[in-house]
Amino acid sequence: MSGLDKRTWFVLVLLAGLAVLPLIATATGNEFQIGQFRRILIFAIAAVSLDLILGYGGMVSLGHAAFFGVGAYVVAILNWHADREVPLFGMMLGTQNVLATWTAAVVVSAGLAFLIGLVSLRTTGIFFIMITLAFAQMVYFFFVSLRAYGGDDGLRFPGDTVVLGVIDTENDTAFYYLVLGVLCATLYLCRRLVNSRFGMVVQGCRENERRMRALGYPTYLYKLAAFTLAGGIAGLAGALFAAHESYISPSIMHWTRSGDLIVMVVLGGMGTLIGPVAGAVAFLFLEKTLPDYTEHWMIVFGPILLLVVLFARRGIFGWFLPPEERDRHGH
Amino acid sequence: MATDALLSVKGLVKKFGGLTATDGVDLDVAEGEIHAIIGPNGAGKTTLIAQLAGELAPNAGTIAFAGRDVTAMPVYDRARRGIARSYQITQVFKGFTALDNVAMAVQAQAGHSFRFWRPARDDRELREPARAILARVGLDARADVPAAALAHGEQRQLEIAMALATQPRLLLLDEPMAGMGKEESERMTRLLAKLKGEETILLIEHDMDVVFALADRITVLVYGRAIATGTPDAIRANADVRAAYLGDGDA
Amino acid sequence: MTALLFLEQTLNGLQLGVTLFLMAAGLTLVFGIMNMVNLAHGSLYMMGAFFAATFVGWTGSFFLALPLAVAATFVLGLAVETLALRTLYGRDHLDQVLATFGLILFFNELVKIVWGPVSIFMDVPKALSGRVELIPGAPYPVYRLAVLAVGLAVAAGLWWLIARTRTGMLIRAGASNREMVGALGVDIKRLYTLVFALGAALAALAGVMAGPIYVVEIGMGDSMLIKTFVVIVIGGIGSIRGAFVAALIVGTVDTFGRVLPAQFGLPAAIAEMAIYILMAAVLFWKPAGLFGGRA
Repeated sequence: MSGLDKRTWFVLVLLAGLAVLPLIATATGNEFQIGQFRRILIFAIAAVSLDLILGYGGMVSLGHAAFFGVGAYVVAILNWHADREVPLFGMMLGTQNVLATWTAAVVVSAGLAFLIGLVSLRTTGIFFIMITLAFAQMVYFFFVSLRAYGGDDGLRFPGDTVVLGVIDTENDTAFYYLVLGVLCATLYLCRRLVNSRFGMVVQGCRENERRMRALGYPTYLYKLAAFTLAGGIAGLAGALFAAHESYISPSIMHWTRSGDLIVMVVLGGMGTLIGPVAGAVAFLFLEKTLPDYTEHWMIVFGPILLLVVLFARRGIFGWFLPPEERDRHGH
Repeated sequence: MATDALLSVKGLVKKFGGLTATDGVDLDVAEGEIHAIIGPNGAGKTTLIAQLAGELAPNAGTIAFAGRDVTAMPVYDRARRGIARSYQITQVFKGFTALDNVAMAVQAQAGHSFRFWRPARDDRELREPARAILARVGLDARADVPAAALAHGEQRQLEIAMALATQPRLLLLDEPMAGMGKEESERMTRLLAKLKGEETILLIEHDMDVVFALADRITVLVYGRAIATGTPDAIRANADVRAAYLGDGDA
Repeated sequence: MTALLFLEQTLNGLQLGVTLFLMAAGLTLVFGIMNMVNLAHGSLYMMGAFFAATFVGWTGSFFLALPLAVAATFVLGLAVETLALRTLYGRDHLDQVLATFGLILFFNELVKIVWGPVSIFMDVPKALSGRVELIPGAPYPVYRLAVLAVGLAVAAGLWWLIARTRTGMLIRAGASNREMVGALGVDIKRLYTLVFALGAALAALAGVMAGPIYVVEIGMGDSMLIKTFVVIVIGGIGSIRGAFVAALIVGTVDTFGRVLPAQFGLPAAIAEMAIYILMAAVLFWKPAGLFGGRA
């Protein structure tokens, strides 16, 4: 299978490239850009989590940024309480322990995904798209109206900078490699997941949910589990984002951010896991560099998006695969 | 008859707006028989199957399966208890290989699928039974071909393989020969003949030669009503049936 | 809450409701007939408002600007449908989401280039600028009453179009059963284009009328779009009647959601969330919406 070889090559080259990026930046005197690269990797994790439900599960969720944002807010709020020594829920629940805050971020995001999935997965098609969007908007407004945590203006907080007693997030490069490590772990875990029995069921739901039910699968439960899991991973990405920025505002869970995540997944190649990483890199790179050429880059980018949809569905990853492999992954 | 029937349907009614698609149908399928349902187009055959499988909820009546009332049971629960179906319009997982398709069906009966770690495609517990079933329907040579690349007739065989892989007690086959050429139909007929005596089958089919050759009993459905049930000979001789259906040149 | 405040808020709610209906009527038909997700519907609302701002500048009259802006957006709708959306009807929903998302980016940037990034304030037309004491003791802006009246008139007109004309019959048939319209031998393409452009015109009408009440700015269609989605989800896809009922409910709930919590000392968070909670409740009870046939 030469296709598998190419696939492995793609993964290795992409990850190796990301691994040496800080070295190149340092060698060329561009250390200040390492933070930007880290931001890209954080969104890549969120994009991979979306691929789990969008690419493998066929669930067009237009509200994924909500889970990302909630994860970030959990970290921010816990830190803020610990810093100000203000009780949370009447108890001294605030904490700056990174393990505790990141775990809490995953749990709360997954919990929220579970609740939203509970209602929205009762529907399919256009309904599902609109409902996930509406719920995400509800979460967005919830944080906009939380004046205690800055509302529209967002929340700035001093975070703990030492992770697991070794990695200092003040150190751009060290934090970069931590995020890269989380990304690689996410990719590996998701790879196992999509090929497991559970992953096959989720893919079966994408291919033909009616048939799955007739075979004896309670598809709702499996889709809900996948939706919850994806929400949890997005929450983890959000937690990293909060640590990365030391600042958080509702704008990161605006519905257009959910749209951006979908664009990253499709641009990179959905249902491939590694594709969305490439998609996030490409999207955020364009978002950063295109404005240097024209202030109005969106007027170019919008139609490009339309053209990609109409003519280049495979995504970046698809270009690297021989045709027969594409059919297995392209969907 | 009713007491030892595997499937027992009583007074089943399904209405779509003003149209009554199933009109008080009583039906018994005995263990081990091939029970065919025939009737002109629009007689409500597919609607009936959909209710038996649980995809449509009837307006009235009961469906008992293996001595248990399943009328309100969801599709997947019925499938787990042994009702498997194939579709008139092929419903396979097009992006998967033939073997993947059948393995998916095997997996449905192999306990819950909340197993997140071991690769399902390397799982001999799923792959070996799946290969055996592909061999049973004569598709073993095509195991690694994506379902979308299979010929129409092969996809129909795959449908049957998937239904068989769930280890059903009752197979609901909705026009297994729909859209098939002559050669493909003959192959399917041989497959069905092979299954006769091994599986309990409720068969919807337009090809009367096949129905009269294979079925142990036949129920005739006209405008949602079951107007007659009996052996092929009895049905052939039934005056009502001749008038309503066989007589109009469809046979 | 006093009875007067209650009445005033009810009128506000109904006025928001009919605006939402103008948005939802076109969109629910596009969803129902073309089975197509269109995120760019909010952009048409925005374009309508910006066109009106320009036409008011040219003609000096809101009453001339309104039909001109609606007509311009109708033409824009024809163009968008023919150039971009037509190819998307048979595609899966994800393609439609992405492509129309691209259209939103395009239109937002286009507006920024043509009209600049600054918000535009539109004056209430002089003839409608006063207040009227509809209820003794509670003067109510005439303009808002006019919006309400126009909205109801359009609703009635749509009802007539859909219930009494041949085109309407085809639209209804298309919304409930797409294959059937094709079987009738109707020129489907033209019907689709017409429905889309009609929806665009209605969205523009909503946008123009909202101009003097709120503010004409980039992205103004986004929040309307999402509220419109809520209306359609509650009303049921493809149902004009559902859209009308749901729009009035959502308009009222949203309006009272902003007033009531403060009255009872509840956190303001409930205000923005009220309609989404309502949507969740309806969905749990009826997954296909109040008047929807299919989920």
